[in-house]
Amino acid sequence: MTSKNLIYDGTFDGFLSTIFYVFEHKLEKVTIQNEFSIQQGLFCENERIHTDEDKANRVWNGVKSKLSSKGSYQLYYAFLSEQNGIENLLLDYITYAFSNVKKVDKDFAHPSVLKIAQIAKSVGREKHRMEAFVRFRLTKDKIFFANIEPDFNVLPLIEKHFKRRYADQLWVIYDIKRGYGLFYDLENVEIITLDFPKNFDFTKTEDAFFAKQEFEFQKLWQDYFKATNIQSRKNMKLHIRHVPKRYWKYLSEKQPD
Amino acid sequence: MSFQRTQEKLKILADAAKYDVSCSSSGSQRANTNKGLGDATGMGICHSYTEDGRCVSLLKILLTNYCIFDCAYCVTRKSNDIKRAAFKVQEVVDLTINFYRRNYIEGLFLSSGIFKSADYTMERLVDVAKKLRLEENFNGYIHLKSIPGASDELMREAGLYADRLSVNIEIPTEAGLKKLAPDKKREDFIKPMVKVKNEIIQYKAEKKIIKNTPKFAPAGQSTQMIIGASGENDFQIMQTSNHFYKNYNLKRVYYSGYVPISYDNRLPQIGSAVPMLRENRLYQTDWLMRFYGFDVSEILNEHHQNLDLDIDPKLSWALRNLHEFPIDVNTAEKHMLARIPGLGMRSVYKILNARRFRKLNWEHLKKIGVALNRAQYFMVCDSNQFEKRDLTSEKIKGLILQNSTSKYGKSLSNQLSLFG
Repeated sequence: MTSKNLIYDGTFDGFLSTIFYVFEHKLEKVTIQNEFSIQQGLFCENERIHTDEDKANRVWNGVKSKLSSKGSYQLYYAFLSEQNGIENLLLDYITYAFSNVKKVDKDFAHPSVLKIAQIAKSVGREKHRMEAFVRFRLTKDKIFFANIEPDFNVLPLIEKHFKRRYADQLWVIYDIKRGYGLFYDLENVEIITLDFPKNFDFTKTEDAFFAKQEFEFQKLWQDYFKATNIQSRKNMKLHIRHVPKRYWKYLSEKQPD
Repeated sequence: MSFQRTQEKLKILADAAKYDVSCSSSGSQRANTNKGLGDATGMGICHSYTEDGRCVSLLKILLTNYCIFDCAYCVTRKSNDIKRAAFKVQEVVDLTINFYRRNYIEGLFLSSGIFKSADYTMERLVDVAKKLRLEENFNGYIHLKSIPGASDELMREAGLYADRLSVNIEIPTEAGLKKLAPDKKREDFIKPMVKVKNEIIQYKAEKKIIKNTPKFAPAGQSTQMIIGASGENDFQIMQTSNHFYKNYNLKRVYYSGYVPISYDNRLPQIGSAVPMLRENRLYQTDWLMRFYGFDVSEILNEHHQNLDLDIDPKLSWALRNLHEFPIDVNTAEKHMLARIPGLGMRSVYKILNARRFRKLNWEHLKKIGVALNRAQYFMVCDSNQFEKRDLTSEKIKGLILQNSTSKYGKSLSNQLSLFG
């Protein structure tokens, strides 16, 4: 029997529709890929899956009834990791959950369950890091603007946090790696895409775009960051473990003077 | 505000505040109201880390470093020849708001040297918090220092605007305090602590009956002790700590390894090492008390007055109590699992959950994240391979140390060579 390779549009609903298809056709030898990362396998037949919100909801409700609430959000978190092959791991996990009477998301001795829990944990860590490392800069049009490049697609996970916290200011958080962002207009958060000028340097605060007081507060923050350090306790290994170098380029306190 | 003046003050007053360890910004449950600024409902967030590896979560500054006291261990003591500065109330408010809006911080931690009198100082701290809450509609985190000797009325007002209040007892014993800060008395520290404790209890009780009772210091109280400045042993330190947890309902006691800042001959001299490893062992003990169900007397007592530096306090306890082991991870109760060296509470919960599905073996435990290097001598699981030799404590300790490298390797050999 040849195996089937199912291709979906990369969205969570698309993925859930694919799961629906797998169960509907009782497929056993099957792999799932999103349309941006198709790899042609030998002896395998490709099939495109149409995203269907109703089917997706049915699967999602099924998942929620078979897992604890933590288990179902771990599944969503793991999906957002965008890791290579994550769809197949999730399929294995969902199949195991549906074939069991007990809720399996705490069966940490099962390889897929443990793996999903671990991936969800890294995604959760990245979410938390973005809540910490976003640095807003005030633009000339009075918008607090931040750009990020997270390892995983965590924008959908941090929206609520920033909306609740910065309820009285206009803000944008833009994921430059994935080319989309969130814009809060004092009422709602919208998903936006922006065109930046050619050669726009996201690490620099240029006075053509940013408000004058922005430079002063960045300077004050840098001074504060230096003054609050205790030299005789210096421990760069620990420092880097907490603030890995890949995040430094957009942190105002880590910019060279 | 004038940028340059503020800049100068910020450098001085942040530098002076950095010896206060607390950076906690969680546990407050203060939600954003009326579309204001900020929210302190979630877990705390460390927005950055200094090069010494400490979390930067709050704007931690002194209102002023002018002080009428002359405590030997303190960098802002009256007799110290340093630059002095004082913020205006509005300056602190502006800095806090603008840092917060840029997502630099979770809120403000405001402390102060004592100028004129305790009440005069406390009043200004309360003014800052009040302005932030009432004029700026700020719902971020505010931690105020309780100034020893401040009036009950001011402490009550402080609790209405702040999330956390703290007063540092600094020196673990009264004898040490007498030696290093002769103008201060232990009871001056205790009085505001008692007041705040009682108010918290009362407000909580009222809230049960009248729902719109305001919050009072919802993130509770904390304190801090300096380690290694006045010659106390670990037993004395942890007894004091335990006393404060039990009698004043403290959320946290912080331990701060003394950073030499003075040539005063009552203190360790400038250039001597900060006791970071010892500080770490004290925190581990603190955790064992608060989360692992240990009584402080099991870890430190008349016969065992200092923590081992080369091994962690739980392992040390286990080696002194080999008769409690081995523990069967597939059947033991939670509180016994928590006593196995190498098992953190996260692993304990994972084991409790996972063993409902199947019996766990070494392979499972390793994948779950148990530190088997330490744990293997103290447990059995679903396997016939386990430690069958009748090993002595010394032998087990030797085997464990042989197979591990401490991140404190360097400081360990330094500190041990003192006795060697």
